Amino acid sequence: MAKITYIEASGKEHVIDAPNGQTVMEAAVKHAVPGIDADCGGACACATCHVYVDPDWLGKTGEPGSMEQSMLDFANDVETNSRLSCQIKVSDALDGLVVRLPKSQH
Amino acid sequence: MDEIRRVIIIGAGQAGGETAQRLRQGGFTGEITLIGEEPHAPYQRPPLSKQYLSGELPMERVLLRPPEVYTHENIAWLKSTRAVWIDRTNRRVRLEGGRELSYDALVLATGARPRKLPLAGADLAGVHVLRTAGDVDAMRAAFVPGAKLVVVGAGYIGLEVTAVARKLGLDVTVVESAVRPLARVTSPEMAGFFLDEHTSKGVRFVLGGQCALIKGVDRVRGVGLDDGQEVAADIVIAGIGVTPDVALAQHSGLTIGNGIVTDRQCRTSDPAIFAIGDCASRPMVHYDNRVERLESVHNAIEGAKIAAATILGQAPPAEETPWFWSDQYDLKLQIAGLFGGYDHTVLRGSMADRAFAMFYYKGERLIAVDAINKPAEFLGTKMLIAKGLSIAPDILADASRPMKELVAEAQKTASQKT
Ligand SMILES: Cc1cc2nc3c(=O)[nH]c(=O)nc-3n(C[C@H](O)[C@H](O)[C@H](O)COP(=O)(O)OP(=O)(O)OC[C@H]3O[C@@H](n4cnc5c(N)ncnc54)[C@H](O)[C@@H]3O)c2cc1C
Ligand code: FES
Repeated sequence: MAKITYIEASGKEHVIDAPNGQTVMEAAVKHAVPGIDADCGGACACATCHVYVDPDWLGKTGEPGSMEQSMLDFANDVETNSRLSCQIKVSDALDGLVVRLPKSQH
Repeated sequence: MDEIRRVIIIGAGQAGGETAQRLRQGGFTGEITLIGEEPHAPYQRPPLSKQYLSGELPMERVLLRPPEVYTHENIAWLKSTRAVWIDRTNRRVRLEGGRELSYDALVLATGARPRKLPLAGADLAGVHVLRTAGDVDAMRAAFVPGAKLVVVGAGYIGLEVTAVARKLGLDVTVVESAVRPLARVTSPEMAGFFLDEHTSKGVRFVLGGQCALIKGVDRVRGVGLDDGQEVAADIVIAGIGVTPDVALAQHSGLTIGNGIVTDRQCRTSDPAIFAIGDCASRPMVHYDNRVERLESVHNAIEGAKIAAATILGQAPPAEETPWFWSDQYDLKLQIAGLFGGYDHTVLRGSMADRAFAMFYYKGERLIAVDAINKPAEFLGTKMLIAKGLSIAPDILADASRPMKELVAEAQKTASQKT
């Protein structure tokens, strides 16, 4: 279990208890956090689950894989801390994670 | 339209579920009733032929959202309930059992029904279709290592099932009446690639094979072909396509073509009724408003967004390039655009690397891409088509320059022209 804070582009915060084994995307979608569309449901096929990982957490979430990186190249407003949230698996090590959401996924 | 206070959505699948969610998130405070004949809350179908079939994903992770959300958002979700009649004059929907509900706006999201094999023996135990979670649950006991599986129909669903079955150690034969797999949905070149991939994994293909009957007494034992051959089978899965579920719309006199016909706002011939997802066809803005019925997650979501925005009196979002994906073994296929009507193709990269993209052109115009393990080519093309831009074939064929660079260049050239 990990407590994850999602911060919408407007600044609105959502704090969610995410079970281990789910992804950061799934936990958001299941709690109706607006701003993560996740059109493909986590198949790494759509790039509409883009988030910015708080810099303090980058070490823990790891690096994007090569497929993920190529998808991120085409996401809106990518930054060096951009990730596809369906590719980050929740574990105890992510307890306290903070991610920010882009203005739009499209 | 008058003020809309009551919305009924018939069909609690991907499109119906998304519509309810979009309405609430868009600020709709009136009544929403979501009617679904399945026992599950709206769920994703793609995993059914992939990780749900393989056992990697449990049902609760296949659901779009947990069932409690509908209660929290004050959405009346009626499960295991069929809508059986629409009274357009009085704007009422009748449910099985006789209960009636009134609407100001009605959304038809009834999806599609899988075609059953029109053959003697098709009712035997062990013969399945794959459309619902219930269908997968029903085949699970027989879908075990060593079992002999015959897949009838080499479309995406049939080939995805084949890939999962081979990974689990089933013995698979694919019977396809066309001379190549994926005949309806891709080019001969791509079909050849997939055929080689599956053959190298030990799958047998009977191409140009017509099934004549299903053999067996209580349970299926084999599939008889019309040339007299028999293929032994413990389990048969028919993946021979779907027909749009237009029954309710047809009874109530709405215009039907290939599916329920709508305009760009997803409105049917009755302005109080919308139709979205697999059951509907609408003009495709990026393809000269050609009317198409698409069977994809993207189309279901886009229809939901458009219908919800229109009901809310808001401008619908700009339409995206149609897109689709399929997973087989370690191959991720991503398709952007509609390839129908292409006159030549361009290959970027090499098929032998199992990472390449096949682009489809109509004259000068780039109209679609099939990308294998090449997400940048997929997303780049998706963006170009949405903006009405192309890249010249000889430039795209040069795989040494990154896609990102080529797309940026195409956009720059276009902005200089305007
Ligand atoms: C096995 C499988 C794999 C797929 N893989 C992919 C993929 O990888 N990528 C992709 O883009 N697309 C894929 N698709 C296609 C995609 O899932 C569909 O296009 C999408 O689900 C269509 O959504 P829908 O809401 O229109 O229809 P559906 O999801 O079919 O939902 C319609 C619902 O309405 C219900 N219903 C119908 N009539 C009534 C009634 N009168 N009363 C009450 N309820 C009713 C039905 O029971 C059903 O639950 C796949 C489909 C299948 C079956
Ligand atoms: S949900 Fe589609 S890529 Fe993450």
